[in-house]
Amino acid sequence: MSVERATPLPVGRSRLPDLRIVRDYGVVVAFVAVFVTLSITSPFFLSWANLKNLAFQTAPVGIMAVGGTLVFIAGGFDLSVGAVSAFAGICAAKMFVGTGMGLWAALICAALAGLLVGVGNGLLITLGRVNAFIATLATSIIVNGVSQVMTGGNLVSVDGNRFTTLGLGTAFGIGYPVFVWIAFALGAGFLLTATPFGRYAYAVGGSAEAARLSGVRVNVVRAATFAVSGLSGGIAGVILVSEVSTAQWNANTGIEFDVITAIVLGGTSLLGGEGAIWRSVLGAFFLLMIGNGFNLLGTSTQWQYVIKGVILAAAVSVDAWARRSRR
Amino acid sequence: MTGVAAVPHVELRGIGKSFGAVHALTDVSVAVQAGTIHALVGENGAGKSTLGKIVAGVHRPDAGELLVNGRRVDYRSPRDALADGLTIIAQEPTLVPHRTVLENVFLGIEPRRGGVLQRRAMRRRYDELVDQAQIDLEPDLYPRSLRVAEQQKAEILRALARDVRLVVMDEPTSALSADETERLFATTRRLRDGGTTVIYVSHFLDEILALVDTITVLRDGRHVRTAPASSETAETLVQAMLGRSLELTFPPKAEPAPDAPVVLSVEGLASAGIVSDVSFDVRAGEIVGLAGLIGSGRSEVARGIFGADRPDAGTIALDGAPVRIRSPRDAVRKRIAMLPEDRKAHGLLMLRSIVDNISLPHLSELTTGPLISRREERRRAGELMRRVDVRAASGSASVATLSGGNQQKVLFAKWLFRQPRVLIADEPTRGVDVGAKQAIYELIHSLAADGMAVVLISSEHEEVLGLAHRVLVMRGGRIVAEFDRRSMNEDAVLHAAFAADATEAGAEG
Repeated sequence: MSVERATPLPVGRSRLPDLRIVRDYGVVVAFVAVFVTLSITSPFFLSWANLKNLAFQTAPVGIMAVGGTLVFIAGGFDLSVGAVSAFAGICAAKMFVGTGMGLWAALICAALAGLLVGVGNGLLITLGRVNAFIATLATSIIVNGVSQVMTGGNLVSVDGNRFTTLGLGTAFGIGYPVFVWIAFALGAGFLLTATPFGRYAYAVGGSAEAARLSGVRVNVVRAATFAVSGLSGGIAGVILVSEVSTAQWNANTGIEFDVITAIVLGGTSLLGGEGAIWRSVLGAFFLLMIGNGFNLLGTSTQWQYVIKGVILAAAVSVDAWARRSRR
Repeated sequence: MTGVAAVPHVELRGIGKSFGAVHALTDVSVAVQAGTIHALVGENGAGKSTLGKIVAGVHRPDAGELLVNGRRVDYRSPRDALADGLTIIAQEPTLVPHRTVLENVFLGIEPRRGGVLQRRAMRRRYDELVDQAQIDLEPDLYPRSLRVAEQQKAEILRALARDVRLVVMDEPTSALSADETERLFATTRRLRDGGTTVIYVSHFLDEILALVDTITVLRDGRHVRTAPASSETAETLVQAMLGRSLELTFPPKAEPAPDAPVVLSVEGLASAGIVSDVSFDVRAGEIVGLAGLIGSGRSEVARGIFGADRPDAGTIALDGAPVRIRSPRDAVRKRIAMLPEDRKAHGLLMLRSIVDNISLPHLSELTTGPLISRREERRRAGELMRRVDVRAASGSASVATLSGGNQQKVLFAKWLFRQPRVLIADEPTRGVDVGAKQAIYELIHSLAADGMAVVLISSEHEEVLGLAHRVLVMRGGRIVAEFDRRSMNEDAVLHAAFAADATEAGAEG
């Protein structure tokens, strides 16, 4: 017999925690863990004032994350919300100052300008057949350019406190932006779970061809998700500008990455067909809470970015491993 | 080498594997002898593919041990298995699309000198391999221009180029024509005669009996028995697979009424650059079978009628009135239904629930105001699930958790929602187990009996012959023969389908 002596190897895997649960409810677990930790370590964290403030700070990113979630679910990607939000801010400021429009009319029109850019994205991606990543990159460059042209590259300031009604106003001690966020999230969640459009979004993201062969107008659905995302950028931009009363073309540069981070942390898949609004709401909260915690604990702010990046990478990795274990 | 023969090439001991809550394999022990063709058979979901993939390192077992040449191994990836000379030729070929056959065959093992590719040496080696395996394949073609059978050839060459000693073939013939299957068998036998071990996963029993040396039957993830092929027959295998005797039978054909009106009328259809001048009628209650080889244009006819491809020419009439169908959306509205060939990619949303899948094309009928009426949706879907007998814990189970047969039934349920006038079923029983096949046959039969016009496409001739009232044979994008109930028989259909090499086909079949 020429059988080799073999050292026995362990076969099979030890019972690792089921990654799918980590993925599906990871954001909840992480959120609760950080929340509890901060509540214990910082005397200020678990106070009404701080939590109120946290929600207020999260609202703009949270609103855009809600819009972006629809895009992600339908299999798209939106990189333009940062530029769109700055653009909407400039529109609001210019219209309020220059045209003598009423405050709310100016704000609403500015938010709708965001919607318009979103529709442009949708058309570019569906009829223009441009990859979503590139298309929204291109529109964000274009929109930045338009914003610069409109302002001559300068700061646009709005005098008087009336302009800050939306950004700084409160009801029951809670900032208006938080209410806008809640309303937008409820609306989007409703759209997604209770209407045919929501089902179509999941279908298009899950398998565009299967959706098409089921009679779904794939391009219309796709474009609509970008329109909603554009609108969310517009609303967020209007809120941001009315918090500070000044508009600038590069005011919100990089905020789109916070938005994408929030969506992914929540557990909505980049691959489409899966996800939920509540996830992104929680994801946005989680992201801002980390920043808030760092500030409260007096740790250097630079480290925030390191931690945020690590958490993002970990979230995506868990997602990928969970998918793999499904084979 | 006689001493070595006693040691199986591959031995599985007490193998267990679960995917989530599904036990794919439980305590399976099998020994595969070197230099033999060893079949793994069983119904879909019996675990045969999983077992093959464990040998090739695609899956890792949860329990038990794997021995290769008597040595315990723990493969963490197909790469580990390949290092031991074990590989798999998967159901869907896995060639790199933008590289030629030659480059694919030597991918990662390119002959080189000082980092420079030796293209001439590569060619020489290719010719040797082609000679050795008696495979005839042009090295400079790109995979996208190859048929599945040819892609498999490239995969076999790729395995040989790596000095593989054991090949797992996972359902290699599911997309092959009869002729191509025969050639694959010849290649497989040559591999064995050259000393390569082949593990052959399939559910075509006749094929297996003609080809292999040893057969292992699996049922519900458990080992039933391993026996020499010579001691088995199709009946004994079916019995072992099912644990009960079941013969595939077709429901008796009820002719449509002689005065049944024409429901679907296709005139001069040309589509996708493949189909030309296809014309036929389907009457209410009639099942018209489209037979032919893979690539003969049958699916393109279906897609053209359904508006999935924009037809280049031709008219389609429903109930005698010409209609314009420019998209699947139009077809759905006109109550035409199509079950596409590729169930997983084009038919279903694998991650969504059964109910979501069923209602997707019909949400406009389920809304009150802007809202989907969930209760109504669940009720209708539940009715349809019962009607086609979907076996699932509940309607909210995701489609991915279902067996192939149940997935196909979900697809039927989805399209029966609106009681279509025309039902086009493209390969409705591909990858479906015997029990579910029977159920699908009966379903198609009863739908026609209720007055639906049915177009049935299948690569299994017996299926078309068993179910259809009329058979149209396609070849090269045209209808080349038509048989009615009296004139149809397998021989004639095969002849018409092959035609070009009719003598050869006749001799073989």
